[in-house]
Amino acid sequence: MELQIAMDKEELYNEELLKSRKAKKFNLWLGMIGMFMMFAALTSGFIVYTASGVDKGIKTILPHVFIYSTAVIVLSSLTMYLAFKAVKAGQISKQKTYLLITIVLGIVFFWLQVEAWSVLFNRGITFVNSNASQSFIYIFTGLHLAHIIAGILVLVRCYLGALKNIPIDNNVFRMDLASIFWHFLGLLWIYIYVFLLLNQ
Amino acid sequence: MSTTVISHDAAHHGSHDHHHETFLTKYIFSQDHKMIAKQFLITGIIMAVFAMILSILFRIQLAWPDEEFPILEVFLGKWAEGGRIRPDFFLSLVTIHGTMMVFFVLTAGLSGTFSNLLIPYQLGARDMASPLMNMLSYWFFFVACVIMIASFFIESGPASAGWTIYPPLSAVPKAIAGSGLGMTLWLISMTLFIASQVLGGVNYISTVLNLRTKGMDLWKMPLTIWAFFLTAIVGLLSFPVLVSAVVLLFFDRSVGTSFYLSDLVVQGTILPNEGGSPILFQHLFWFLGHPEVYIVVMPALGLTSEVISTNSRKPIFGYHAMVYSLVGITVLSFIVWGHHMFVTGMSPFLGGVFMITTLIIAVPSAVKAFNYIATLWRGNIRFTPAMMFAIGMVSFFVSGGLTGLYLGNAALDINLHDTYFVVAHFHLVMGSASIFGMLCGVYHWYPKMFGRMMDERLGYFHFWLTFIGAYLVFFPMHFMGIDGVPRRYYAFTEFPFMEKWVSVNLLITWAAIVSAIGQVAFLWNFFSSIWCGKRAPQNPWNSNTLEWTTPVEHIHGNWPGEIPTVYRWPYDYSKPGNDADFIPQSTPLSQTMSSNLLHDWDGNEAGIEAQKAYNREHNREEEG
Repeated sequence: MELQIAMDKEELYNEELLKSRKAKKFNLWLGMIGMFMMFAALTSGFIVYTASGVDKGIKTILPHVFIYSTAVIVLSSLTMYLAFKAVKAGQISKQKTYLLITIVLGIVFFWLQVEAWSVLFNRGITFVNSNASQSFIYIFTGLHLAHIIAGILVLVRCYLGALKNIPIDNNVFRMDLASIFWHFLGLLWIYIYVFLLLNQ
Repeated sequence: MSTTVISHDAAHHGSHDHHHETFLTKYIFSQDHKMIAKQFLITGIIMAVFAMILSILFRIQLAWPDEEFPILEVFLGKWAEGGRIRPDFFLSLVTIHGTMMVFFVLTAGLSGTFSNLLIPYQLGARDMASPLMNMLSYWFFFVACVIMIASFFIESGPASAGWTIYPPLSAVPKAIAGSGLGMTLWLISMTLFIASQVLGGVNYISTVLNLRTKGMDLWKMPLTIWAFFLTAIVGLLSFPVLVSAVVLLFFDRSVGTSFYLSDLVVQGTILPNEGGSPILFQHLFWFLGHPEVYIVVMPALGLTSEVISTNSRKPIFGYHAMVYSLVGITVLSFIVWGHHMFVTGMSPFLGGVFMITTLIIAVPSAVKAFNYIATLWRGNIRFTPAMMFAIGMVSFFVSGGLTGLYLGNAALDINLHDTYFVVAHFHLVMGSASIFGMLCGVYHWYPKMFGRMMDERLGYFHFWLTFIGAYLVFFPMHFMGIDGVPRRYYAFTEFPFMEKWVSVNLLITWAAIVSAIGQVAFLWNFFSSIWCGKRAPQNPWNSNTLEWTTPVEHIHGNWPGEIPTVYRWPYDYSKPGNDADFIPQSTPLSQTMSSNLLHDWDGNEAGIEAQKAYNREHNREEEG
């Protein structure tokens, strides 16, 4: 009887844990909606601003580096997917390898974006600019990079968790959230890039 | 209770989450929604007192523009040299009064307190979806408050471009003293505040959608929860937009970009910024700013719905209509921001579109107002202090809402824009109504928060002084506005046509002072009752919602045993056939056969058959 009650309690606890995890995952989705709203506001601001005069607008071809950075972030989404798949199959060492690759790709993406800034800067397209449409390019990419920093921190936390051998279900849950966020950052970049391409 | 499954005791629950509860984790860095609610409330009250003192200071200037009050210099130093408030400090006073009241008191103080307190309690949840985020939400808010107050202690003084911080005034640090460091602190404070609101809002939405107890479907949720839920959605979609506006403003101020600035000469110097558009800021600001007023008023509407129904001992009139009105307000709130910008040179066609969307909001708002009145109609009304404040809220919502129809109309707004008419309108419909909603919530849920009762007589005293005071303060402002008196002006003595209003200003200021003194009664009542109030029974108002099924003493996890299951909506008051005039949500239908209607069984065939058999046996007429 006591054993039965203990088992039932454990079951109920697990049920509440699952419910709470579901809620936390939902929090992440909501947070991403909030983040997207911020970028949606900025792109709307860009449209309103650019429509205010013929001398406004990007008025340049976007640096080719953006193509490479796009390829890198898409690739990093792929490795993240593989890392998540690995942890679900219980292959921790594989998970660690793919996670590490994702982190490195994230850093490469960061570097490429900064590289794109220097290309723009060399063309005379500065952040301080009387055509603020051009300043907006820095705002979009800069705020996205701020999110990338957060994303990399999340990935590092997952990596440290895997190193410390935290319980597998915690590891899977962490990875689940991290991979959703990382894919979101990739999609966000694609949204920004396509938006800029359409307006260049 | 019919659904005793397995006891899930609080100790067991606690063993997983709280290993060692210290003073620091219980009272300071608490992750418990009840404690966080109290933290939000007390911080909100402190901010309200601070913002109220600011308003009294500028009211003194408006009532006695030519007189000197040496005591002001004692407290304010150089900002009140010779006993008169300086013009630039006057602007800071109105700016920070507005900012604190709108954001810190009526957004964080109201939503933060009651969403945190009631969402888990009324939905039957152990806590919020993410207690950690909830704690962070409070601490971001706290730091935002500290930074905003700190701006009073810097040499150039606090921000003074108005709570709407329109550029170019706010974007050029050298334009006025208040656009310097004070403005930077304002921006930092607000960024932290937005982080706080988004963290909180995400948690509220997620908790409502994921952590409801068994049986609590969306249509069984109290209207408080609907209001908090929709408020959080509005916040989540609009606050990030303000971040965008603030980020661009920050770069214009500190880096030299030209998002908002163009062709400016400041103090004889031509500024290098070119090509920017200050109207862009207004679009971004009001995309948050207008939904913000619903963020402020919707929780108040939710709280009053609950209090009015409970204290009328009647079901809320038109529960579904109430929910759909809130949904309508939520959706419409995002497509009306242009009505703040009728005078920006907006195309009259676009102005017309914004006018129509704005005026449509009158429909859901009126539905709510009529439903409140219909709920009161022939109710067995108990005039508790909470009920008085709830009725007061409806009064302000109606009297302030009516002038919304005037201001929403572009043809009238172009004349009334930036006059005291606008000040009167929003202080009634948003300021007073929401403050009354908040106070109604404090009086009603105080026993749940502190386990004690507040003093009723002090409550009535507080109500009447505040109610009459608020009308005396804000109602005359309509007439000043119609006469063309602009808001935010330092002294009316410089303009002959305004001189006749000085006497009215005197009345307003005295009314403000008296109602401010009335708040001392509240503060005394609130703080002394924490220790000296009468001990509260478990369900002091004979209410139906789940929070009153929890023990008076707060425990981690809210319910000592299993979480109650919900069987009915929260408004079964004075149900014919039932002995008591309330039936808690956790009472199964099988225990109230004498009052059930057939449709209460919601398609449960066995239940309907049992009910029919019961009805035949007891010669009950079959209804529903």
